[in-house]
Amino acid sequence: MLHIINKSPLTNSSLDSCLRVAQSGDILLIEDAVYAATFGNAFEGKIREAMGRFKIYVLQPDLEARGFADRIIAGVLPVDYGGFVDLTTTNKNCQSWL
Amino acid sequence: MSEGNNIKKFMFVNRKAPYGTIYALEALEVVLITAAFDQNVSLVFLDDGVYQLKKAQQTKGIETKNFSPAYRALEGYDVEKLYVEKESLEARGLTEADLLVDVIVLGCKELGELMDQQDVVLSF
Amino acid sequence: MKFGIVVNEGPYQHQSSDSAYLFCKAAIAKGHQVWRVFFYHDGVNNASKLTEPPQDDRNIVNRWSTLNEEHGVDLVVCVAAALRRGIREENLAKGFRISGLGQLVEAGIQTERTVVFGD
Repeated sequence: MLHIINKSPLTNSSLDSCLRVAQSGDILLIEDAVYAATFGNAFEGKIREAMGRFKIYVLQPDLEARGFADRIIAGVLPVDYGGFVDLTTTNKNCQSWL
Repeated sequence: MSEGNNIKKFMFVNRKAPYGTIYALEALEVVLITAAFDQNVSLVFLDDGVYQLKKAQQTKGIETKNFSPAYRALEGYDVEKLYVEKESLEARGLTEADLLVDVIVLGCKELGELMDQQDVVLSF
Repeated sequence: MKFGIVVNEGPYQHQSSDSAYLFCKAAIAKGHQVWRVFFYHDGVNNASKLTEPPQDDRNIVNRWSTLNEEHGVDLVVCVAAALRRGIREENLAKGFRISGLGQLVEAGIQTERTVVFGD
């Protein structure tokens, strides 16, 4: 399953909930969730830990828009909107953690 | 349920508390419609979504419709799979006895496995 | 592949409408079909033809209309959500239509993937 997150993990629990409930699959960070793909913040450790269970992707245009293109955690995979579409087709279902 | 291959597993994931925003009410409206389509429907209450099921909601003072009785009516529409995450309940100091309808309490792991099996997951 | 898209938030206030649009555009560019976009909650405000953004900003409503015109994407606005928020036939932008929640369920049944954009 593809899990789509759109909130900053520093102000909202949706990514935390996803990491607790989801067992495996792909996680795509979009909109304000892209901060979770960057290093140097209080959530970084949780992302590094989650990388063992999930493949973690980040929507590059959202990351660039926020000025964080150069702070991506090594191992988090950047995708464009086409890559976003591909993730929805390669996974058999998807869920937006709103 | 005549067209067997057209039956899909629909899951509605409720993660928001009622009244503060309209999401819970409008999610319930979709659930009631989906029930009429003879699909395999399940509801999940997770995080603050569990507050939607709290007993004793009294909305007179905020001049807003109390829609919580509608959760009890779901059974009449053959929507019987109401799942509540155990960890979400506990984190809010609630037990099944605080809820206004019968639910199935699942641990986060089982809930995650159930989500994986769905065709359509709608969240609002 | 056939996609159904759900948009739960209005234009400009939230990014979700932009994300949904850019997703649709990318899906079509890859040869997929966006069968229907269903506008729910404040998402119904995407359909208001009274919307007038500043000159130098994107026109979110017109972008949706163009998607309908050029790629036949069915743009459906939920009637109950729309009436609550003052969206009616007379202020509906080109390419949108107002219909019931059943259209959302139908999208879930008829398409291979349903992707939700919201807050």
